[in-house]
Amino acid sequence: MAVKVTLPTAFTRHTDGRKQFDSTAENLPALLSDIDQTFPALGTQIKDEDGKLRRFINIYVNDEDIRFLGGETYAFQDGDEIMLIPSIAGGCS
Amino acid sequence: MSYSCTSTVYELKCNECGKRFGNQPLSACPDCLAPLEVVYDLDSARGIFTREAIAKGPANIWRYAPLLPLPRGFEPDLPVGFTPLVKAKNLGKRIGASNLYVKNDAVCFPTLSFKDRVVSIALANAQGFGFETVGCSSTGNLANSVAAQAVRLGLKACVLVPSDLEAAKILNTQVYGARLVRIDGNYDHVNRLCTLIADEYNWGFVNVNLRPYYAEGSKTVGYEIAEQLGWRLPDNVVVPMAGGSLIRKIRKAFQELVYLGLVEDKPVRFFGAQATGCSPISQAVKQGLDYIEPQRPNTIARSLAIGNPADGPAAAKMIQETGGWAEDVSDVEIVSGIQELAETEGIFTETAGGVTTAVTARLYAHGCISPEELTVSVITGNGLKTTDAVAGHYQQGRAVRPRLADFDAYLRELDELPEPALVTAGGN
Repeated sequence: MAVKVTLPTAFTRHTDGRKQFDSTAENLPALLSDIDQTFPALGTQIKDEDGKLRRFINIYVNDEDIRFLGGETYAFQDGDEIMLIPSIAGGCS
Repeated sequence: MSYSCTSTVYELKCNECGKRFGNQPLSACPDCLAPLEVVYDLDSARGIFTREAIAKGPANIWRYAPLLPLPRGFEPDLPVGFTPLVKAKNLGKRIGASNLYVKNDAVCFPTLSFKDRVVSIALANAQGFGFETVGCSSTGNLANSVAAQAVRLGLKACVLVPSDLEAAKILNTQVYGARLVRIDGNYDHVNRLCTLIADEYNWGFVNVNLRPYYAEGSKTVGYEIAEQLGWRLPDNVVVPMAGGSLIRKIRKAFQELVYLGLVEDKPVRFFGAQATGCSPISQAVKQGLDYIEPQRPNTIARSLAIGNPADGPAAAKMIQETGGWAEDVSDVEIVSGIQELAETEGIFTETAGGVTTAVTARLYAHGCISPEELTVSVITGNGLKTTDAVAGHYQQGRAVRPRLADFDAYLRELDELPEPALVTAGGN
């Protein structure tokens, strides 16, 4: 089983310019551990002092915010596309 | 018309880690990914940003240019903003308020919403950074304003909207010749896509990589309120919340005015208004949270339908700091709010204004705001753009023959009065 992970350009300085990579992580905590192993500098950047994912990063699975899917308990499906995106304020109206 | 601007020294700063970045198109802190804020050397504005200097300026937002992030050499030509602040005596009577004002951005120039303010600042910076194409994700008002102001400046515009947007807002974007792309999803989907596009394309996205500058335009609502009240601050402000930016920027404006001595310092309570069908910030305030639980929007107030507002945590925190509160109202109450404001003050607002009016009424009803406190309710958009919301509540009535007797009979029918005993002379 593998999922495809996509990163914003701002993160690629920690990944030798790679915007995408595959992971065999089964859920979000496992993916964060995988990132710690593979791209330690990225792992440091996306977590706060307490080791938690920074609150300004949103995780999407396919087109859905992972928080709507159960957050850390969501079990990744084979072929899922995971995106890490900075949480840009709307400004919609 | 043409005015030249003097701007104070300013630059981008991360709200979280405090790092500074000069001036560049940047959507978030590259390190901690938090939203960025424009900060000013306020002391350099002393002697420039004074009541007298402002009074000599044009009757639009450019009178506040020294505290707006405008690139050197920028010469604005559109008279944006300086909308009426009207005393709402009739609405006040209905909802139990004796000192209520409405800030009426339903008549903001050029596209009838407060978004004209933020877009004019964003496009000034788009030009300054050399972008040829500008874009935005929008639920309508922003799209209208970007399209209109971009064509005036000779910039290409590409606007992304949720596919279920009101027809009037789509038409009001296309008419200016902007490229409009409907996205099969809600605003949060559109916004996310725009973040990805801004990452790949060399475009100036007003609410992504130009966002810190764009958001500063909202401060002009605060400057105008203070100036129009005779350079004093209100006791309370009621503000609609989508991304959570406007409410914070009004406070920032008030704080700057206090710092520079244009108004006396006093506590101002900020009240946020949302639709119950999309109320992540009001829920955070009510539950005392310092984070936002995202929601899937389901409300007729589409212009406020951001389920995952990134400025939400900061807005919720700020509201609580000021001793204010946040409320949310149902779609039925939103329509009533639109009708109440129109019937009492002659102001036809869109659904977001219905939210603000209904929340204002509730705050008085619940005793959160006392009748005599000076309170400003901020109306941000025009009802002509969301006529669908109220269309079903009115009937045109039958056509009456062009005769006085028929007209007279028709009025009696409407007023449910009996037929007159005698027909008056010349009645036919």
